[in-house]
Amino acid sequence: MRLEIGNIYIKDVVFSDVTKVKDGVLYLNKEEIIKALKEDSRLEKVEIEIAKPEEEVRIIPVKDVIEPRVKVRGKGGIFPGFISKVETVGEGRTHVLKGTAVVTTGRIVGFQEGIIDMSGEGAKYTPFSKLINIVVVCEPVEGLPKHEHEEVVRIAGLKAAALIGEAGRDVEPDEIKEYETLPLLESVKKYPDLPRVGYIYMLQSQGLLHDTYVYGVDAKKIVPTFIYPTEVMDGAIVSGNCVSACDKNTTYVHMNNPIIEDLYEKHGKEINLVGIIITNENVTLADKERSSDYTAKLAEYLGLEGVIISEEGFGNPDTDLIMNCHKLEEKGIKTVLLTDEFAGRDGLSQSLADADPRANAVVTAGNANEIVKLPKMKRVIGHIEAANVIAGGFEGSLEADGSITVELQAITGSTSEVGFTKLTAREY
Amino acid sequence: MLRVVHYLNQFFGQIGGEDKASIPPMVKEGPVGPGMAFKGSFGDKAEIVATVICGDSYFNENIEKATEEILQMIEKYKPDVFIAGPAFNAGRYGTACGTICKAVQDKFGIPAVTGMYPENPGVDLYKKNVYIIKTTDSAAGMKDAVAKMAKLTLKLGFKENIGAHEEEGYIPRGMRKNIFVVERGSKRAVEMLIKKLKGEPFTTEYPMPDFDRVSPAKAVKVKESLIALVTSGGIVPKGNPDHIESSNASKYGKYVIEGIDNLTNKTHETAHGGYDPVYANEDPDRVLPVDVLRELEREGKIGKLYRYYYATVGNGTAVASAKKYAQSIAKELIADGVKAVILTST
Repeated sequence: MRLEIGNIYIKDVVFSDVTKVKDGVLYLNKEEIIKALKEDSRLEKVEIEIAKPEEEVRIIPVKDVIEPRVKVRGKGGIFPGFISKVETVGEGRTHVLKGTAVVTTGRIVGFQEGIIDMSGEGAKYTPFSKLINIVVVCEPVEGLPKHEHEEVVRIAGLKAAALIGEAGRDVEPDEIKEYETLPLLESVKKYPDLPRVGYIYMLQSQGLLHDTYVYGVDAKKIVPTFIYPTEVMDGAIVSGNCVSACDKNTTYVHMNNPIIEDLYEKHGKEINLVGIIITNENVTLADKERSSDYTAKLAEYLGLEGVIISEEGFGNPDTDLIMNCHKLEEKGIKTVLLTDEFAGRDGLSQSLADADPRANAVVTAGNANEIVKLPKMKRVIGHIEAANVIAGGFEGSLEADGSITVELQAITGSTSEVGFTKLTAREY
Repeated sequence: MLRVVHYLNQFFGQIGGEDKASIPPMVKEGPVGPGMAFKGSFGDKAEIVATVICGDSYFNENIEKATEEILQMIEKYKPDVFIAGPAFNAGRYGTACGTICKAVQDKFGIPAVTGMYPENPGVDLYKKNVYIIKTTDSAAGMKDAVAKMAKLTLKLGFKENIGAHEEEGYIPRGMRKNIFVVERGSKRAVEMLIKKLKGEPFTTEYPMPDFDRVSPAKAVKVKESLIALVTSGGIVPKGNPDHIESSNASKYGKYVIEGIDNLTNKTHETAHGGYDPVYANEDPDRVLPVDVLRELEREGKIGKLYRYYYATVGNGTAVASAKKYAQSIAKELIADGVKAVILTST
């Protein structure tokens, strides 16, 4: 399976009467997008705002971040199973409005969601402060049950990203990157001397605001299975919104999964990237046993010699991470784990809820319990009062002057467990 | 120039060997023995103004008294930093260095540095409180130990940033701190995997901890026992009166369930941010089974349900906090005669 990613670098986003890309500027017809989103009668109100890097803007509570993409050649369309029909994606060419993202916000669903600051201390921690964010503020009708509230906002974000992505359909990209993964036997034949490497992609599936979808299927209902890396780039995996915000993978991060990119970087040179196994993180022990058994079995069947395992979330899924690790190591498959830490505000507690001596190669994205102080921002998009109740916040997080003291876990994408950021923790 | 006071045992203090191990503490102005090497490393940035020397046996047989005597000797020299040893693998010496360093930090509020071999018993006792430079097991490693101790002493004295343990050479204190590095996590993971596949050395960023394993207690006769309910599933009276956080809880709550037969969505809810709250909010008994326990109480299958329940949020809550809450909850339960606890998690 071979995919070309055509990056169209966007240097500015402005509202206009027509949605188009011209000379690196994305023009948006706001009313047209709002109208399309409001076709869902469960949405009472939709607003669109733009937040740019360096601006004194805070977006809270952030539900998801999504990259505008459009499929210009090859089967299927972006976000199969949601926006496009269920058809296998990952081949042909996809255009990307690079440097932009759709960010969804609006009234809080549960104890949820995160903060993106476009400048100041918080901007250092969230990778999304470097993007021009098209913020879609979604307010559902009164009394909408929580599960539907989550769903309606999730779909609105995907729909907005796909609509905006269309603007890149006929634009000549500034850069084209090629990614290719061959069927297993051909791949092994092509690179007989390179170690066969895979990626164990753990998808959050603990329930409301902790869900992930694969081609429209709720990941808690899958058994671990194979997926080509390029399918992920076309939006085959989408986030069911994020709490705690620090280490849940937003849809943007799925589409731009850095483990996939960095494995491809070494593919054909030092390793043979054979493919990806997706697995879930369900809450019952039976599910955990089944999924980790299945993962190890599939990895063995594919003849993998080494894998990277990425976790999503913390606490309960630490068990899935460690089960995957020791079952793979038992089969002689070498593992590297990517996780983050919850070591307490003082950094003195045990960082993970589970451990195993075989987990001897771990990359950490930092301690999410560390406290950060975020200055007041001139403009707030969303609902500032959420600061006291989101995961990582506490009574008194929001100060009278508009500044916020929270644990890092409240900042969207700050301790990314697919290694999207440069934060880590060391022992002192 | 920083003022430094140095602690040595009778051997390194050039008093004598094991035969002099019982001498009480004494003080000498200026550097002695290894202090001369420190003087070289400090240059004109710091000066050893006094050296306290004490016999290892005297110290370990009279820990409190000796500590008090030594603190009094140190006080009049008004040091900015305190150093002790290095003690290498000498157990009694290491314990003395650790004890004095901690006492000096606590009493005078100044930093202290010592040096030991990782297996020295003083390490486990004091590594969390004191910077202990990792040394070899014998004085053959004196030169390297002094260089690292001196460097850290100056940094601490001038209140400069202290690097991670790999950088400074101290024995890790178990404290995790965030830093930004050059490469993103995914790239570091790919590089680590390639090294692991090639059989080349690599350094994990998070060494696995030793895990606490709790063996189950003996069974109790539930028919005769007072039983309590404790949960980390966040079930609180509606409105979360104590504002227990949805993640990394800083407290627990104690709430009356006497006279309550059944928790409902009108009376209780969950404060937990780590799982789908919809079903717990519909019927909080799903997480805190008061209804079932009342039934068992009526049927005589349990003695009695305790009149309070305790709740906190387990989501992202530091193990150290959980331990603290559990100890305090257990104390109250035992005092009230509770014989067994049903812990519900989520």
